[in-house]
Amino acid sequence: MEEIFTGLLPYLLAGLGVTLAVTLIALSLGFVIGLGLAILRVYGGIFAARVIALYTLLIRALPHILMLLIMFFVIASIVNLSPFWAGSLSLAIISGAYQTEIFRGAIQSVGVGQMMAARTLGMTRTQAIFYIILPQALRLAIPGWSNEAAIIVKDSSLVYVLGVPEILRRAQYYSARTYEPFTAFIAVAAIYFVLTFLTNRGLSALERRLKIPGL
Amino acid sequence: MEGYLNFLRAAIPALNQGTVITLELTLVALAAGFILGFPAAVARVYGGRLLAALSTVYTEIFRGTPVLVQLFIIYYGLPQFGLTLPAYLAAFIALGLNSGAYQAEYFRGAIQAISSGQMMAARSLGISQLKAILYIIIPQAFRLALPAWSNEVVSMVKVTSIVYLIAVPDLMTRAKMLSSRYFNPIETYLTAAVYYLVIIGLITLVMNYIERRSRIPGLELEVDTR
Amino acid sequence: MTEPIIKLENIHKSYGKDEILKGINLEVREGEVVVIIGPSGTGKSTLLRCINLLTMPDRGRVWVDGVEITDPKVDINKARRHIGFVFQDFNLFNHLTALGNVTIGLKLVLGMKAGAAKEKGEFELARVGLQDKAGLYPGQLSGGQKQRVAIARALAMDPRVMLFDEPTSALDPELIGEVLEVMQKLAREGMTMVCVTHEMGFAREVASRIVFMERGVIVEEGTPEEMFLRPRFDRTREFLGKISELYGKHQSG
Repeated sequence: MEEIFTGLLPYLLAGLGVTLAVTLIALSLGFVIGLGLAILRVYGGIFAARVIALYTLLIRALPHILMLLIMFFVIASIVNLSPFWAGSLSLAIISGAYQTEIFRGAIQSVGVGQMMAARTLGMTRTQAIFYIILPQALRLAIPGWSNEAAIIVKDSSLVYVLGVPEILRRAQYYSARTYEPFTAFIAVAAIYFVLTFLTNRGLSALERRLKIPGL
Repeated sequence: MEGYLNFLRAAIPALNQGTVITLELTLVALAAGFILGFPAAVARVYGGRLLAALSTVYTEIFRGTPVLVQLFIIYYGLPQFGLTLPAYLAAFIALGLNSGAYQAEYFRGAIQAISSGQMMAARSLGISQLKAILYIIIPQAFRLALPAWSNEVVSMVKVTSIVYLIAVPDLMTRAKMLSSRYFNPIETYLTAAVYYLVIIGLITLVMNYIERRSRIPGLELEVDTR
Repeated sequence: MTEPIIKLENIHKSYGKDEILKGINLEVREGEVVVIIGPSGTGKSTLLRCINLLTMPDRGRVWVDGVEITDPKVDINKARRHIGFVFQDFNLFNHLTALGNVTIGLKLVLGMKAGAAKEKGEFELARVGLQDKAGLYPGQLSGGQKQRVAIARALAMDPRVMLFDEPTSALDPELIGEVLEVMQKLAREGMTMVCVTHEMGFAREVASRIVFMERGVIVEEGTPEEMFLRPRFDRTREFLGKISELYGKHQSG
């Protein structure tokens, strides 16, 4: 029993850094991609809108494992990236598609009146987007984004298929050595549970901090 | 191009067989998920302290951990206690439990959205709580949850792909086997992608049709889906 | 004195197959208060939005303060600095305080420094009677207060003309008065104003000219006295009569 705390958990937690790194890279790159494409989609003209819609549709219609593998092999044929980076970048592209939809919805729910009012003051479209629309849209997007963040935390386990030494992979090594797979995988589940819990809590707190009455 | 067509001739029958398994897994998981999830939702809203707590623990755990880990616990973990399940069964159980947790949340949202006003109206007509739940709340909750549930159907098709890690011969696994055999991972996986797109496209059309037919004007719900 | 401050020439606008504006010609001189009235859906708001090109006319030209703003070579953002616009739905920036709403145009568009902008902003809020609400967010204000902040926001840019698009239509009855009061004050101070409104009391008391529009054309225009007492067209008499009945007792001043 104490083996769990002296042996298993430290061993698994040593892989926590990898899991968190994959998650953070995927979420932050996904954020840049998602926000950028959402702005282009809403304000960029019909051609851009259609292309971006196609991208988000395709990525959201395919299993994540499949996309990880496709992108891994495509990337591997072009440039020599480690499984860690291939996996993280692939997850970033996947998350980018979901985040595009989240931000698009948020931007559209800010309402066209805000843009009109900004323009009547003489602001350019760009000024209006950055100073008026985005500050409101980002706040509106927080609940949907927390949902996505929790999903990516869990999806980071998928890089297991690429052999990345994150906590699930470590648990598998441990169980191969000690013939205690149940213990190992339950421990992994517990770690993930704590991670998603903290993520949800953290983002709720952020939402409260940024709350503006009436927004 | 020639090579790809030859590959397809060998690949298509295998991928088709895999598709059948994928659809089978999806259906069983959805059904199991419904049998688990719907009662869990009712228990959470109407069940009193203990049942509600149990329901919450179930949904929080299965939504708060990766489905891949859940699968590994059931397939690789249970043998630690001497309980070795065949891959298919492990897959059904894991996917079913996972889907049940998400479905519980969708149904809970729907039930709560409908609940208070409708319940008050029903009770003031003299209808008992049980009858109100069965005849007033539940019929509306189903309709309200339908869009979220359509999302779940599409999601489940995608989620079944994880059984590739325990060698259940679904579409994803077949693709892997083909790619190892013919050394062409990109073509194989892209072909599998086309299969998934077609499957999901068709399912989406069907679900949209069902949604449109059963929609009650003014009755809509906003829930966090996968 | 001779050049009108606003000139609309042959303005046409269609949405799909519906032609909303069928060749409107209108001139507004400095210091005038022009009130546009008419049944709903006749294009009054569309016309107003053509003045600052929020809505682009399909045909026709618009001059503001001597500049033809429909000329594509003209920078519309520069032109809009001199035209104030007040919306029916206020459209206050929800993530900014009242003061923030008033100063953001000053900082971003006019390049004012934060200190100067704050001073000007507080001055304008005081002008509409809301100096003690400067730190509140739109979500914390009543409808009438929101509209007054919207007016302050437009005034802060020191516009040459103020456009009002049904400014009181979205307000609860008891809040309409405070907004009309501000508008009357502006008119007395000599601001050039074009208002689309249903408030007949305001039109009668404050307008220097009333324009009656129906189905995309201007039916008649004239001073309040001419329009209410000696309208040339039956339709005008009919419309004003009906509206006066409805709104009769409710007047400002």
